Amino acid sequence: MTAATAATGPDPDAWQAESRSVVPQPPAVVPPLGPPPRFRRPSMDERVLESGLRVVAVRKAGVPLVEVRLRIPFAGTAPSHRARTALLSRTMLTGTDRHDQVGLAEALQELGTSLSVSADPDRLLIGGAVLRTGLSGLLDLLAEILVGASYPVGEVGGERQRLLDRLAISRSQPSVLVREVLLRRLFGDHPYAREIPELDTVAAVSPAQLRRLHGQRVVPTGATLTLVGDLSPARALGVVESALAGWTVPASQPRLRALPPVTPGPTLVVHRAGSVQSSIRIAGAALRRDDPSYPALQLANLVYGGYFSSRLVENIREDKGYTYSPHSRLEHGVAGSSFVVDTDVATEVTAPALLEISYELGRMVTTPVNQSELDDVRQYAVGGLSLSTATQAGLASTLSTLAGVGLTAEWLREQPARLARVTVDDVLEVSRRVLAPSGMVAVVLADADAVADPIAALYPVERT
Amino acid sequence: MPKAVKLPAPSYPLHRFRLDNGLPVLLAPDRSVPVVGVAVYYDVGIRSEPEGRTGFAHLFEHLMFQGSANLEKLAHFRYVQSAGGTFNGSTHLDYTNYFEVLPSNALERALFLEADRMRAPRITEPNLVNQIAVVKEEIRVNVLNRPYGGFPWLLLPPVMFDTFPNAHNGYGDFVDLDAASVADALAFFDRYYAPANALLCVAGDLDPDETIAMVHRHFDDIPARQAPARRDFTEPEPDGERRGRHVDAHAPTPALAAAWPVPDPVSQLDDYLPYVVLAEVLADGDASRLERRLVQRDRIATHQSAYLGFMGDPFDVRGPTALLFQVHHPSDVGADRLLSTVDEELDRLANDGLGDGELRRVTARTATQLLREVDPVLGRTLSMAALEQQHGRAELLNELPGRLAAVSEEQVRQAAATLRPHRRACVELVPGSAR
Repeated sequence: MTAATAATGPDPDAWQAESRSVVPQPPAVVPPLGPPPRFRRPSMDERVLESGLRVVAVRKAGVPLVEVRLRIPFAGTAPSHRARTALLSRTMLTGTDRHDQVGLAEALQELGTSLSVSADPDRLLIGGAVLRTGLSGLLDLLAEILVGASYPVGEVGGERQRLLDRLAISRSQPSVLVREVLLRRLFGDHPYAREIPELDTVAAVSPAQLRRLHGQRVVPTGATLTLVGDLSPARALGVVESALAGWTVPASQPRLRALPPVTPGPTLVVHRAGSVQSSIRIAGAALRRDDPSYPALQLANLVYGGYFSSRLVENIREDKGYTYSPHSRLEHGVAGSSFVVDTDVATEVTAPALLEISYELGRMVTTPVNQSELDDVRQYAVGGLSLSTATQAGLASTLSTLAGVGLTAEWLREQPARLARVTVDDVLEVSRRVLAPSGMVAVVLADADAVADPIAALYPVERT
Repeated sequence: MPKAVKLPAPSYPLHRFRLDNGLPVLLAPDRSVPVVGVAVYYDVGIRSEPEGRTGFAHLFEHLMFQGSANLEKLAHFRYVQSAGGTFNGSTHLDYTNYFEVLPSNALERALFLEADRMRAPRITEPNLVNQIAVVKEEIRVNVLNRPYGGFPWLLLPPVMFDTFPNAHNGYGDFVDLDAASVADALAFFDRYYAPANALLCVAGDLDPDETIAMVHRHFDDIPARQAPARRDFTEPEPDGERRGRHVDAHAPTPALAAAWPVPDPVSQLDDYLPYVVLAEVLADGDASRLERRLVQRDRIATHQSAYLGFMGDPFDVRGPTALLFQVHHPSDVGADRLLSTVDEELDRLANDGLGDGELRRVTARTATQLLREVDPVLGRTLSMAALEQQHGRAELLNELPGRLAAVSEEQVRQAAATLRPHRRACVELVPGSAR
């Protein structure tokens, strides 16, 4: 199929001739690992308030801070929903019934904090970190914003223009442009295809629409507030309950339909004037985190391109030098999950890079991985879970993200055991279901005149 | 006015010692999570690379991952990751670092890996050719193929500075990268990667006595070499405003950056800290001076920021360095209008001082940010290593919140008064015509 070989190191003899002549006798054996350390289970407590808000409080002393994440379901099907959400997230902190924009910013600053509001097609996320002593003050301000954000006409007008300018800048980034093309190709008319709002829909959003959207959707139903840090869980729940007592809008949250099946087709080549590199994205449908085969998929992704010691990195970076940063990853939304391969390569090696990317996918689905590859990625996955939840911010973000798809700390605790049970056969089986190149879509943002013909010699091509 | 609240600061204990070959070692035990960070800092960076070899310090950083005395190419990555850890390296103006963060049962393995490449990296022609290609793709993806690539960290120094060490492109010219040879790399390693020119820092879940024994076991036999003397990169005081212009073929809208020289962060730390506070007063958050004036009131900017150091590195860079201001703005707003508005705000600050509680609020935010950076074991490892190597005092990590809180209003006013037009260098980024 291809002449690709696994990357191998240089001939050791050749190296000795070239390198420094005085090399002392070092201890030549790589030290073995000690017994695996135990990651202590942090003490936590949770409660669903009468309003429907779920509150999770975790004690993780570390530094004297508390990390705060409020996740509110925010899916919508209207074509203008993304534009309204984007502007709402940028103007939520521009005024309340008690503070103007600067007054609110000063009040937050006084507590040693700042809040950020971000939105994606699934949720609105309000996040920040506060000095331990400022937690109840921050929750009071949060309540003030949730109940009384006022979306002043002047501030909304200014932010709308800024958002338009920022979107124009975003859309000049190759990574953003190619993602838009990829999402449309993957999801068609599903709301997930509209991650980035259209300029004309943003221009039409009014302050009144934002106030209405806030009233209907910035609600506790289905929302989760996660607090992690130097706190007492039981006491923190009490503080939240009293601070947010006034946030009680009854509402139901709409759900998006499941993602449509991926329909493979020709490789889509999109021209970008002046490109000196080709942005390649290849993607297909994947499994949700709670799927029984998900642990095997997580490991299959790592072997393929999900970490530095993967087949893809060793092949197209460390052996061939085609690219700086090849990756593959699993992306999870409430409506479904995707597997995405992502790399930017020199224009002249675009077709060869596509060939290798496809070859490595082909290997995953036709031949079993080595037991040693599997052991390595398993260790990496377990270590990665431990490291990423060893910090206050990491644990808060992880728990908040899991809450968004209905999973809890329990899932996190049990995942190492699930990973431990994955076999070589499981990886092959799940790779055939998810990593098959025949089931994927491919898009290339590039100097199309230079890359289309070489790609067309390999695969059917559609140019736009 | 109420007395400033006492702000919390970290209090990590430190142990330090030096091996016979000259390698300084810093240990910072904290056993709250079973994670350990290992970092080796070499006291050589972009400013030390030779003329005709721009980008060499960074290229060399890549070569340090290509195998070593006892390790084939790719083995380093596999040993770290199969222990559940992650790794990286980065090249800065004054240093180059290599680091791992791992579950703490892998500490000795990480020390072995770092010792092995400090002893002898495998610098070969095939590895060099491969990594030159990888670095070119890195530069394409981060600079050449995208809008605002290298703005302003690669664009301001050539306008602001006269001497090669400070003014040149630290990512490197492709001609220079292609000219790099194995002999260059061996000479660079020999000169700059001596144990005495490095620092080993281990932080997190460690037992000091066991770790000291491990460090001896793996690093003792690396031969001593003389550390090169630190060069003086001082530039003359600016003799007038300097303006540069850069056409960015991919950018849809203009941008502007300005930089003013600031006191030496190491030898004049007390004079330098007011500028750190000043940058926050000017640009951090919705209550900051320039956000209110440029973005909220006059609406002549879509995004603004101000910070210390070309790479956003207030405490791990030596002089000369700068306070930088950068702004994205609508096409119908000119650079002169933006600069004169910034000048007005600086004058206002220098003449009228700060508002009620303004300093206290800014300092509270800064304390939170400093704490948040050191909660992760890796962040703490890197901060301590940089402070120890560049300032000779990792203790600053514990002291900075207090020292920043002690900066007075008068010091902030005086700092603002030095940011005069004739002392600044500016670069205008002009949207190109490719689109």
